[in-house]
Amino acid sequence: MEAFTVHTGTAAPLRRSNVDTDQIIPAEYLKRITRHGFEDGLFKAWRDDSGFVLNQPQYFGVSVLVAGPDFGTGSSREHAVWALQDYGFQVVISSRFADIFRGNSGKAGLLTALVDQDVVERLWALIESDPSTPVTVDLAAQTISAGDVVASFDVDPYVRWRLLEGLDDIGITLQNEADISDFESARPTFTPTTR
Amino acid sequence: MGKTLAEKVWDAHVVRRAEGEPDLLYIDLHLVHEVTSPQAFDALRATGRPVRRPDLTLATEDHNVPTIDIDKPIADPVSRAQVEALRKNCAEFDVPLFPLGSAEQGIVHVVGPQLGLTQPGMTVVCGDSHTSTHGAFGALAFGIGTSEVEHVLATQTLPLKPFKTMAVTVHGSLPDGVTAKDVILAVIAKIGTGGGQGYVIEYRGEGVCELSMEGRMTLCNMSIEGGARAGMVAPDETTFAYIEGREHAPRGADWDAALAYWKTLVTDADATFDKEVVIEASELSPFVTWGTNPGQGIPLSGSVPSPEDAADDVERASIERALAYMALTPGTPMREIPVDTVFVGSCTNGRIEDLRAAAAVLEGRQVADGVRMLVVPGSAKVRLQAMSEGLDKVFTQAGAEWREAGCSMCLAMNPDKLTPGERSASTSNRNFEGRQGPGGRTHLVSPQVAAATAVTGRFASPADLAR
Ligand code: SF4
Repeated sequence: MEAFTVHTGTAAPLRRSNVDTDQIIPAEYLKRITRHGFEDGLFKAWRDDSGFVLNQPQYFGVSVLVAGPDFGTGSSREHAVWALQDYGFQVVISSRFADIFRGNSGKAGLLTALVDQDVVERLWALIESDPSTPVTVDLAAQTISAGDVVASFDVDPYVRWRLLEGLDDIGITLQNEADISDFESARPTFTPTTR
Repeated sequence: MGKTLAEKVWDAHVVRRAEGEPDLLYIDLHLVHEVTSPQAFDALRATGRPVRRPDLTLATEDHNVPTIDIDKPIADPVSRAQVEALRKNCAEFDVPLFPLGSAEQGIVHVVGPQLGLTQPGMTVVCGDSHTSTHGAFGALAFGIGTSEVEHVLATQTLPLKPFKTMAVTVHGSLPDGVTAKDVILAVIAKIGTGGGQGYVIEYRGEGVCELSMEGRMTLCNMSIEGGARAGMVAPDETTFAYIEGREHAPRGADWDAALAYWKTLVTDADATFDKEVVIEASELSPFVTWGTNPGQGIPLSGSVPSPEDAADDVERASIERALAYMALTPGTPMREIPVDTVFVGSCTNGRIEDLRAAAAVLEGRQVADGVRMLVVPGSAKVRLQAMSEGLDKVFTQAGAEWREAGCSMCLAMNPDKLTPGERSASTSNRNFEGRQGPGGRTHLVSPQVAAATAVTGRFASPADLAR
């Protein structure tokens, strides 16, 4: 996983609340066998609508999503996080996230920045009036700055640490590789192998 | 203070314990199947990580495989892609695989024990909730998600928060005609489908100790339907006798060392459980579910419940919804409900003893007109064993279909499905809406009740046939 320190990119306003994981990516995509390439399923039901925010040319190439409250509710599918990342999002800003979605995001390296709804409203107004405004998310300082909007955000300290270090769960475990090897060399000889 | 069985196994696998962190637990056996593994392998490829211990990993094809014409390509493209991805991944990462058609292929939870790979005191994981089955051997065995599958493949460990412990004690011997399936359905009806949440259940008492390994596997298999992460039974002579001589069982001095260790794997007399549930064996009888979750079960002698009986509004709504989906009228005796399909199989009841039990009921009898009965062995080995005992003849002569090994009608992922509105008596573990096919209506039963039901065309126990 790549380390996340400061990210600057343009942002898209998603003026909807209670966007559940089925809306983020519908169940039909769960049959796939790859870990990547889910961008085509992101917000599938809305993507045919030319008025949908991600279909408007001024929001092409965005990497920050500013969403309404209760983002990521519903089924625990990890695909929702993968789809957002595959599309190019590195940060989702909202005033409320569903717990499981937030946990899955932290594991996969997608930053979920929790802010007051009033910050969301100001960001929406700003990026709607000028979609080219760069939004800077500084994870070390826990701040978001865009135009005249400067705000701090909340993130789980453990998730923050791993993002800053660029460690996924496996990376963290492998830091203790010596412990694993020690354990392995002490395993009883009667434990079976599959060969 | 003493330790419970689950705590002993847990503590013996802690690779690293640090303040404020989950324990890092070593995994002795990682079972893999085609549905939950492709993304894990794909992620390993993307990060350039190898499988740490392919020699502690084993893959088999089960969920998607057809149970007839297995020499032909799999017709459904999604199923075929999953199976092909597994073959490619296992070849690339050097993981042993039992593909469709091989002598050891079968449902992942039938294959492990039958090879002697599941042993007391081990940690066993698989990207499948019914991994709890392996707990029958006194192993700590539980299902994991796809990102955890990746974690185990890469590190052979898992960071885990401790479980709570629950004891389910079955006092006294099971009455005649009562099986492990009836016990677990009664347990779930008692504790509810969420009752075991956060717990590892240890099943104890005479009613459990007297069960065969097959019966114990049935019991532990459905722990997950009670909400528990895992189920366990302390290993004893029955366990040791089952393992001894199997392909991967320890031999010689290793066997003696293993046995000495396994005998320590019991809950200490002064250990305490976080929760205790007691079941009186004498009150048990053949069980059947009427609703759309495994907790909605009653004795076969009972009648379809009414929403009026509900303790609260939530339960009332749930009963109403279940009755509507199942097309049942309150007050109808279970024995009067006709079925279209009978399914004997799955990782709950697809082992040799289950097939023997069903065959014993069917011997010299006929499946009722208009009823389709599918008998699907849990593994290719079980299938061969059954054929060597002539059980296939009993089934086919009775008018049942004798199939190849796989998950089959346990879930609607392969060609064996219910059609909308069809009603089944099924030895599997889940009666959720659409589980056996969209609109299908599932009633969970033991193999004995399934076979008797096939004969009468309505829910029945073997005792009903004798009458
Ligand atoms: S038989 Fe059913 S429950 Fe068991 S592994 Fe297969 S699909 Fe899952």
